[in-house]
Order: sequence, then structure tokens, then C-alpha cells
Amino acid sequence: MEALLEMRGITKAFPGVKALENVNLKVEEGEIHALMGENGAGKSTLMKVLSGVYPHGSYEGDILFNGKACEFRSIRGSEQQGIVIIHQELALIPQLSIAENIFLGNERSARGIIDWNETTIRTKELLQTVGLGDSPQTEAGSLGVGKQQLVEIAKALSKDVKLLILDEPTAALNEEDSENLLRLLLEFKKKGMTSIIISHKLNEIMKVADSITILRDGRTIETLDVRADEITEDRIIKGMVGRDLTHRYPEREPSIGELLFEARGWTVSHPLQPDRMVVDGVSFEVRRGEIVGIAGLMGAGRTELAMSIFGQSYGKRISGQLFKEGKELKLRDIPQAIDAGIAYVTEDRKEYGLILDEDIKRNTTLASLKSISKWFVVDDSREIVEAEGFRKRMNIKTPSIHQKTGNLSGGNQQKVVLSKWIFTGPDLLILDEPTRGIDVGAKYEIYTIIHQLAEQGKGILMISSELPELLGMCDRIYVMNEGRFTGVVPRAEASQERLMKYMTGKGDTP
Amino acid sequence: MTTALRALRGNFRQYGMFIALLFIMLLFQLLSGGILLKPLNITNLILQNSYILILAIGMLLVIITGHIDLSVGSIAAFVGAISAILMVQHQMPYPAAIVISLLIGAAVGAWQGFWVAYMRIPSFIVTLAGMLLFRGLTMLVLNGKSVAPFPNEFRSISTGFVPDLPFGWELHGATILAGIIVSILYLFMEWRARLVQKRYSFEQLSLPLAAARAAGVILILNLFTYVLASYKGLPNILILLMVLVVIYTFVMRKTVMGRHIYALGGNEKAARLSGVKTKKVTFWVFVNMGAMAALAGLVFAARLNAATPKAGVNFELDAIAAAFIGGASASGGVGTVVGAIVGGLVMGVMNNGMSLIGLGIDYQQGIKGLVLLLAVAFDLYNKNKAS
Repeated sequence: MEALLEMRGITKAFPGVKALENVNLKVEEGEIHALMGENGAGKSTLMKVLSGVYPHGSYEGDILFNGKACEFRSIRGSEQQGIVIIHQELALIPQLSIAENIFLGNERSARGIIDWNETTIRTKELLQTVGLGDSPQTEAGSLGVGKQQLVEIAKALSKDVKLLILDEPTAALNEEDSENLLRLLLEFKKKGMTSIIISHKLNEIMKVADSITILRDGRTIETLDVRADEITEDRIIKGMVGRDLTHRYPEREPSIGELLFEARGWTVSHPLQPDRMVVDGVSFEVRRGEIVGIAGLMGAGRTELAMSIFGQSYGKRISGQLFKEGKELKLRDIPQAIDAGIAYVTEDRKEYGLILDEDIKRNTTLASLKSISKWFVVDDSREIVEAEGFRKRMNIKTPSIHQKTGNLSGGNQQKVVLSKWIFTGPDLLILDEPTRGIDVGAKYEIYTIIHQLAEQGKGILMISSELPELLGMCDRIYVMNEGRFTGVVPRAEASQERLMKYMTGKGDTP
Repeated sequence: MTTALRALRGNFRQYGMFIALLFIMLLFQLLSGGILLKPLNITNLILQNSYILILAIGMLLVIITGHIDLSVGSIAAFVGAISAILMVQHQMPYPAAIVISLLIGAAVGAWQGFWVAYMRIPSFIVTLAGMLLFRGLTMLVLNGKSVAPFPNEFRSISTGFVPDLPFGWELHGATILAGIIVSILYLFMEWRARLVQKRYSFEQLSLPLAAARAAGVILILNLFTYVLASYKGLPNILILLMVLVVIYTFVMRKTVMGRHIYALGGNEKAARLSGVKTKKVTFWVFVNMGAMAALAGLVFAARLNAATPKAGVNFELDAIAAAFIGGASASGGVGTVVGAIVGGLVMGVMNNGMSLIGLGIDYQQGIKGLVLLLAVAFDLYNKNKAS
């Protein structure tokens, strides 16, 4: 077999982190090659290097395509060679027709004037290839996600593609559309096309992949040949998580009290696609002093679960019941959720957590202005005292609390967000990726704060994509997959392999 | 000393514009051969710009939330027309007419706020529609003609002066007295603020520096009242303006509502997830803008002593320019009431000064445009340098 693509010794560094370190990838002509790994393992970064999103010179290492060394400066460069990538987020322009979308940036034209006849004819052919019966004039936005994905593929085919890269192509699709898409990939393979597929769904990979390359922490772990060896899903999981627990977690003696919070049959629909369940019949409980984890891959519905509980700040047609200390909660908006003693520490602190133009003091008090004001007038002095208290307690490293939060480092920003929510005096804290993108030292401090909160008898619900973090911190871990809880694992029985099994949907239903 | 420097640097944007205002005043004082700062001219400056300054305060709130309101000129004209019909044609007593006019303005604001906040239609579109709609309604209710004259009591809002003390002094005694009283109040509040700072051991300006600053403020204030007192004294409208500035500064700096407005403009998603009722706040900001536009419309009608179909044309542009020159950010979340007032005065002094030296309206427009552009560019440059 001939290698169509070879990436050798790819190293890509961002300020502060090495996203890829000496990664090798070899894809043979005519195969479907799967790229697997945890969130943040470096899969998407590697594909961005390959497709020229990160231009030549911004990384180290060599790319050989068809035996020739390539130095792509832009996506255009890689597309000219026949490397086409379909990103996770669909990139169709909803207001344009299918035909316009397919030939966007690649218009069928003579001297700048578009030949609509040829465009339409070519579009019809392409749509036929991907098995789509819609008219080329249909507006892309009116199509379902499954069909949009097919249009994306047709668009890729229009570019005389030699290597098709699909980044999580089925993440947003339902079962039937996924099946359809995978069948299409196999058909293309028969015709001799090579593709790389990034996916978290083990069963799909087992179905279509010829070989699998596993990345972990920005390095190549191994390449498995599915055709030659008997590869089991467990084998793949082991490759994905087989990291030793080098992170350190503070010691803690859990003292778990009575039942604090409970959700029963919690179900949430997607706000724009009411027939798609994002959270589907989820039930769980959190006790006082307990740190409960929620594991899951990207798109499993964890953030959506948290936000829908937090005053219905996400989703439509929310059903199910919430209880706090035995009493049912009806939370219609966020102020009610805050009053009920729930805090949601958001995932993306820059976008959802902080007002970057405002200082530490104002960010700290934003969610509990009522408690430091009289007759709706904020007591400035008390505000400064409280904010100063948090600065000391949380060890926020800053010259003063009048510093704009936009100028702080990630770890310190996260401490400000935590301060804001601790100041609301919550009983239940939902932490969504509390340590994403912050350095090891700050992580340790955040872990210590979380421990203190649990010690004070608060319930902690912690969403994290880092399995070692969940294993190191949580007393109990729920695992979520495609909107459902697929397992619950107590600390003593938890292992990365077991969690990963549930995360990829290969578990028993609890 | 370092704390003083830091405090200065922190407030540089606001002080910077204040210094620019002083510079512009000085420049035109020289160019006009000393006419600009004559008591008569200073009084005129206040009367001429009062309605724009009122609009600028309301506009500032709208801009802080990240929106814009293009309809305020038309709303001002519309409310002025209604008030004329009530007072002139139906002989309604002026206090009742004023209350009804303000309520109509608030209702118009509620109408636009509803579309912006709850239907999520861009404010640019909603208020552009409002600009056309209420201009049309103004012409309709006025039948294309001017309605005049207003009762004298109503006119005195815009053209009247505070009555003098009955001593027959050469200077307007009440005005001088007002300056002294405000100075004492100011000193008292500064002193109390320092006490609080001391009690909580916050960092504070050193005593000599604070004293120097207080002395500067009091000097300027009393010079100002002295100048006014050597003409007819305090205009009524200035008192109204001062009250508005104090109230809105207080609301924006000290109240929960003010905080929510800033937070909403700074990061709507984060504000919402922190429990700010973002739609409600946006809605009320537009209601407020409507009421302020109505007030400006009344003041303008009273000054002109007539309601005309063409009243208030381009007011929105002056108000928007004032807010931006005063340091508000087009992306929302940043701006101060005092800044907007200073911005409005920069525009006002330039209008007045350029007229005094006999510059044509063509040059005036062009120069004002350039000043707006340069002020915002300077502001952005400073911001980028800081981060």
C-alpha cells in the first residue's frame, strides 16, 4: 500500500502550551483512517496544520502528500492539492441556495460572470452522488442538519478531492442520518477515495475505519490496523486514556451529609430543533458535602443540563422535577435560581463569566448586588470590603481590586468568577469545566477552594472533560452520553477505562 | 504620589476630555477677542445647548447598553407638538400638559423598547423607523403649520432666571449664594468620603492633593456663578440640568439598576447568567430615553415659543456625538454621565465659538465631524495602549 499522506514530527506550540509534540500520522491511499483521542488531545489542531489553517512556518515538521513535500500557506493551498476538510461546525451560509453554497469561493464563471447553468448542472450531479434529492435552488438554511452535512460533503467533492477530512461529522446528527453518512463514506472508499474521520463514537469508528491513530496530550500514542488485528473497543479506550495520574490533587476526608439536591426525569429540547432532545430523562442527586462529577464527551449535553437547571437558561420544552431538601423547586429564571441557592460557574469565563471591561470588585458583586445595597443603592464601602476579602481568601494575584478583569490571567479570572458565585451564598454549586485553560498551580488552588466549599456542607456538581480531574476530585461520577446518563460510578470503582466506556455510549443504562 | 498618578491615569479619559474642553474654550476666547466668556454669551451657551445635553444623558444610557436611538429628534418634535396643542389650542394648564407630554414620551420609548428588548430587532432599525414615524406624526398633528405662542409660565422653563434676592445689588445675589452653598455641600461630601475611606483604611489621595483638587473645583464653580451673576443670574434650565446630572450620575454609579446597565452593555451573556434581567433593563432604558426626549422637546418648544414640524431635526446626531466624544464606547459597557455632558459642551462651545468668529456653517459642520472622529480615535488609541 502506498502512503497518500505522511505527517512527520509535527510540533505546534501556542503561547504557554504545546498542543502537538512530535506527532506522526500516515494515511494510506484508499483507506478510512480514524483519528481518536480525548478532548484536547490535539486532533483538531493536527488537522488545522494539515489543511493550512496554521500556515507553514507556524509549526515544525514535514507534510508529505503524494510523496511531495507540502508547505501550505492557507486553506486554499491545501485545497488545490485536493485536501478538503469539513469542520465540526457546519459552514454553510443559510441564506444562500445549495448551489451557491457548493460553489462558494469556487464559482463556475467566465471573466467574473457566473455561469448559472453549469452551476446548476454540476450541483445536480454532486447532489446525486451524495444521495440528496433536493433542488439546487433550495435555501441551505431550510435543510435539516443531516442534509446540510451532505451538502458539505457535496461541496468537498466539487473541489476534486483526494483526501477528505471529516471532523466529528455525526456529532449533531441523529442515528439515521449518521448511518446514512457512514454508508456514503464506505461507498466513496470503494471508488478509491481516502478519508480521515475524527470521531468520539467508538461504534461508528469500528464500523468504518481501516486504521486508527490515537493521540493523547498532543502526542501520537499508536496506530492500530483494524484490518490486520482484532481490535476491540476496550483496546482503543486504553490507548486514549492510558495516562498516569501525574496531576496532584489535595487530600480530602469527605464528610457527606443529607440529601441536598435532586433532579428527576429532567428533559430538555434543543431551542431551535424542538424534536431533538439534548437532555433526555436525566435523574441525579447531590448530597451536602459531596463532590459529584459529570463526565462526558463534547456535545454529550452536560452544559445544557447545567444551564437548563439554572433557571431554564438553556433549551425549550423543559420537563422533569427538581428538589432541594425535599421541596420541589420551580425555577423560571436565573434570579429565582440564585435565590434558591444555586450557582452556575460558567464554562467559558471570557464569554459567559466576566464583564472584562469592569474591575474585579464589580465582577465579584454582580450576582449579589442586593445583599450589599439598601433601597437599591449599592454600599460602595461594603463592596470594597467584600471584594478585598475575596481577593485575600482566593489568593487572586492582582495589584488591586480595581484592576480590570480583562487584564488578569486565566487562573485569576477563574477565581474572580468563583468569588462571584460564592458571594451569592449558594448551597449547590455547578462548576462547568472549572480548570479549563489554566496552569497547574492555579488548578491546585481551585481544587483546594472546591474542597473547602464541600467541607462547608455545600453540594458540588462538577462538569469536566478531564477524566483524571474527575477521578481525583469526585466522590461519585455520573457519565453522560448523547443526552442520557449511561452510568454512575462511585469513587472507589472509578477508572478512566470504565468512564470512557460509558462516555462513548458503550454502557448499561442505570 | 504614585497613588495620585494612578488615580489620574485611571480617570485620564474623563479628565482628558475636560482638559480638551478647557483648551477649546480658551482657544475661542482668544480667537473671538474675549466674547466667548462674556456673561451674556455664557448664559446663551447654556440656553442653546440645554436640550442637547438632556438628550445626551438619555442617549448615554442607551449607548452603554450597546444600542443607539436615532428617533429622539422626532420624538422631541412630536411631544413638543402635542404640548402645543394641549396648551395653545386647548388651554390646558401647563403643569398638566408637561406631565402628559412626559408620559407620551415614555410610552413612545416603551413602544421602541418593546421591539428592541423583547422582539430583538436591532435598535438601529427600530429607532430609524421611529425617526420617520414620529416625524410624520408631528407633521400630521401640526397640520404642517407652527403652533404658537406658549403661556409665559411654560416659556420661563427655558428662558427664565432664578429670582434675585431683594437687596438691589449690582450682582445677582441668589446666584452667588447658590455657588457658595454648593461649594459648602461639596466640601462636606468630600470630607465625609474621606472619613469613610479612613474608617475602612482604603487608599486615598493625600490631604494636600485632595485639598488642591477641592480648591480647584470650588474656584471654577464660583467663577462660573460669578460670571452668571454679572448678567441675569442662574437660568432655570441650568438648575433642571444640574438636577438631572446629579440624579443620573447617582443612578449610574451607585444603584443596582446602574450596575445592571453597565454589566448588560459590557457582556450581555455574562450579565444574564449573573441574574440581570437583561430584557427588562433594556426596555426601561428605552422608556427613559423616550421621557428624556420628551423633556428635551418641551424645553426646545418653550425656548422657540412655538412647536414646528421641523423642530428637533438632527438632535439625535448631536446627542450621539456628545456621548461618544465624552468617552462612551460604541461596543457598550463604558461611559459616564459627566463625560456625556462634557462631550455635549465641547460640541456646544465649538458651535458657539465658530459662529462668533464668523465661520460659515459649511466649515462648522466639517470641523465638528472631524472633531468627533478624532476624539473617538484618540480614545481608542488610549484604550489599546492601556491593555
